[in-house]
Amino acid sequence: MSEEIRVGVYVCHCGSNIAGIIDVKSVAEEASKYPNVVVSREYKYMCSDPGQALIQEDIKQHNLNRIVVASCSPLLHEHTFRNATEKGGVNPFLFQMVNLREHDSWVHEDKEKATKKAIALVRAAVRRVALHSALERKEVPINPDVLIVGGGIAGIHAALTLANAGKLVYLVEKEPTIGGHMAKFDKTFPTLDCAACILTPKMTQVRAHPNIRLWSYSEVAGVDGFVGNFRVKVKRKPRYVDEEACIGCLACIEACIYKEGKFPDEFNMGLSKRKPIYFPFPQAVPQLAVIDPETCIEFKTGKCKKTCVAACDRNAIDFTQKETIEEISVGTIILATGFKAFDASRMPEYGYGTLSNVYTALEIERLVNSSGPTAGEVVLKNGQHPKSVGIIHCVGSRDEKTNKWCSRVCCMYSLKLAHLLREHTGAEIYNFYIDMRAPGKGYEEFYDRLLQEDGTHFIRGRVAEVTDWAMTEEEEGRLVIRVEDTLAGFVRRIPCDMVVLSVGLEPTPDAQDVRRMFNISCSTEGFFLERHPKLAPVNTFTDGIFLAGTCQGPKDIPDTVAQAGAAAAEALALIDRGSIELEPNTAYVVEDKCSGCHTCIALCPYNAISYDEEKKVAQINEALCKGCGTCVAACPSSAIVQRLFEDAEILEEIEGVLL
Amino acid sequence: MSDFEPKIVAFFCNWCTYTAADLAGTSRMKYAPNIRVIRVMCSGRVDPQFVLEAFAKGADGVLIGGCHPGDCHYQRGNYKARRRILMLQRVLEEFGIEKERLRLEWISASEGDKVRKVANDMTEQIARLGPLRRGDEHG
Repeated sequence: MSEEIRVGVYVCHCGSNIAGIIDVKSVAEEASKYPNVVVSREYKYMCSDPGQALIQEDIKQHNLNRIVVASCSPLLHEHTFRNATEKGGVNPFLFQMVNLREHDSWVHEDKEKATKKAIALVRAAVRRVALHSALERKEVPINPDVLIVGGGIAGIHAALTLANAGKLVYLVEKEPTIGGHMAKFDKTFPTLDCAACILTPKMTQVRAHPNIRLWSYSEVAGVDGFVGNFRVKVKRKPRYVDEEACIGCLACIEACIYKEGKFPDEFNMGLSKRKPIYFPFPQAVPQLAVIDPETCIEFKTGKCKKTCVAACDRNAIDFTQKETIEEISVGTIILATGFKAFDASRMPEYGYGTLSNVYTALEIERLVNSSGPTAGEVVLKNGQHPKSVGIIHCVGSRDEKTNKWCSRVCCMYSLKLAHLLREHTGAEIYNFYIDMRAPGKGYEEFYDRLLQEDGTHFIRGRVAEVTDWAMTEEEEGRLVIRVEDTLAGFVRRIPCDMVVLSVGLEPTPDAQDVRRMFNISCSTEGFFLERHPKLAPVNTFTDGIFLAGTCQGPKDIPDTVAQAGAAAAEALALIDRGSIELEPNTAYVVEDKCSGCHTCIALCPYNAISYDEEKKVAQINEALCKGCGTCVAACPSSAIVQRLFEDAEILEEIEGVLL
Repeated sequence: MSDFEPKIVAFFCNWCTYTAADLAGTSRMKYAPNIRVIRVMCSGRVDPQFVLEAFAKGADGVLIGGCHPGDCHYQRGNYKARRRILMLQRVLEEFGIEKERLRLEWISASEGDKVRKVANDMTEQIARLGPLRRGDEHG
């Protein structure tokens, strides 16, 4: 290479984040002594406009043709500095970043050792960047169609936003109806507007929208491809009712051989019974009956009179339906797979499943709902109305034994349920809380309102147990909540007729499978991991895949809807640009060196490598190559080169960190 | 010997372990400053030559971090890495280099704490083994 290498090195203070531990002056000074280094500076904030301008001015003034920035993680700001380099007139890949913050100053305490490490890392980058060559970014077109997985409020909102913008949306929901958890809620905090009233119009809009293909009772079975061009397999489960023919008249359900419901109704949290052929709930979307083969007599014995078939004048019932697989192509994907409510039986001390009249909050949502199993009448197992109700907060949240995180919504929904239960029954309501968390618009005011409501009491303390072991006459035949009242400073026993467990939010049981399928990551607690908690909260580390709602972490409806809108906007931004630039880190074969041994061909997970029979060498299709570099490492003749990660570049880096 | 500071070269995959090391940073976990991270897209990119070169050029240990089995961003690059490392450990032992000096760890993007533990643990282990003696050092 005849060109003279002229490197500029920029060491960032990041305020005191880096400079507080690492002696940035001596790092810059040391770097100025390395071969090829023309300029070496330290600056307070390299990512700021003046910081970036500094690079651009130096490029012009000192004729730089290589840039090294030693600051934070490249996963955060590599893009920023590549742009600055490019704006200065130097190819953006003639740049190397050094991670002094996340990998050094933030994780080490010994200033001297941290500085020594910083010097080594900068030295490695200076050596490496000298070998960099100018690269072109590849552009791939973006298929404008979008897949949304999950039909709760997040998926619904994102789908409508995108469909209204004129994009074709595939909305895949695993249950027979969309609506998710929100459809089960009675009212929503803090405004107390009815969940169904605000949700069901959106559900019907989804059904009617010409740009939305709604596939309920379906699951994603496989994902292939990459941003702009994903190929997705969707498994459509048989509902044994023809979607085209069924008009949702309920005649089949009426006619079922079971005169009464016999099996736990999932929508009502098992508090009512349904028949084997059923409608999830009256406002279900789509408005289609579904047959549960686990309970239907025809499926179990083949000897049913099939009264449902006779009752359907549209011949919609089809016992021979089979699972089908649809294959679609989309350019972007939004995951809105929601949460699972904490299983209260994991805390046996609270008596869920063993003591009667202990309910979870979701069950209470159904009980107070006028379209619920009791038409909104809150009754005990003995048919009487409760005179006192205890609401236990933080069940499966903020707990070393179960889940450590705060589920963010339980304080508020507990307040809401306290209000509703009081309204429905007139009972005395006791809230047992650790801390009251009401950080949202109108939330604190709602809490204030509850504090002033008659008959609503607040006791600060984590409940020790719920028991039916009476010690006084007043406790006889009732549930007793044992708690240390940490404000009063003594242990109390509060007798109640009904106990509500405010269960927390958990990742769905299949979150790990979903994560693998879509090639994204989970955070420690198992929710999907966003690319950056502040700067890219709906992006994932996989380009073109976005997150919305509680699959990313516990959040309330307003935040879920806001996030769904953000995810839709991110998808739209990609679609409307029409194409996306990919990292040019693909591999190619140096034909002169290739011996034609075939080693690489079997290794490639993307079948990007083929054998050229005429030339007797391997060939890489760069459109298929994703740039992992496995073939490069395996080639016995070193005949494969990975751009940006060339052997020589990495070997320089190794030597650089070790000198 | 007491002031021996092991030099450990670490190859971390972009998607899991490098991100986990970033997480350790943002969580302000503290660990031994002996590891020097080199970013690769996949643990499958780690050429045995890199490991040998690192030992030849002064490393006392080499750490490779990749996604957990089944989690590879590139489907199965980490399995390729595992095969190579197991093989390489045997070769290294033939040359008198303790196999503990070459370590492969599965560290997912959420396991910032594992980065801390592994970095500390490996630093201690290599400190116990002492500096790697190279051919040129004992003639």
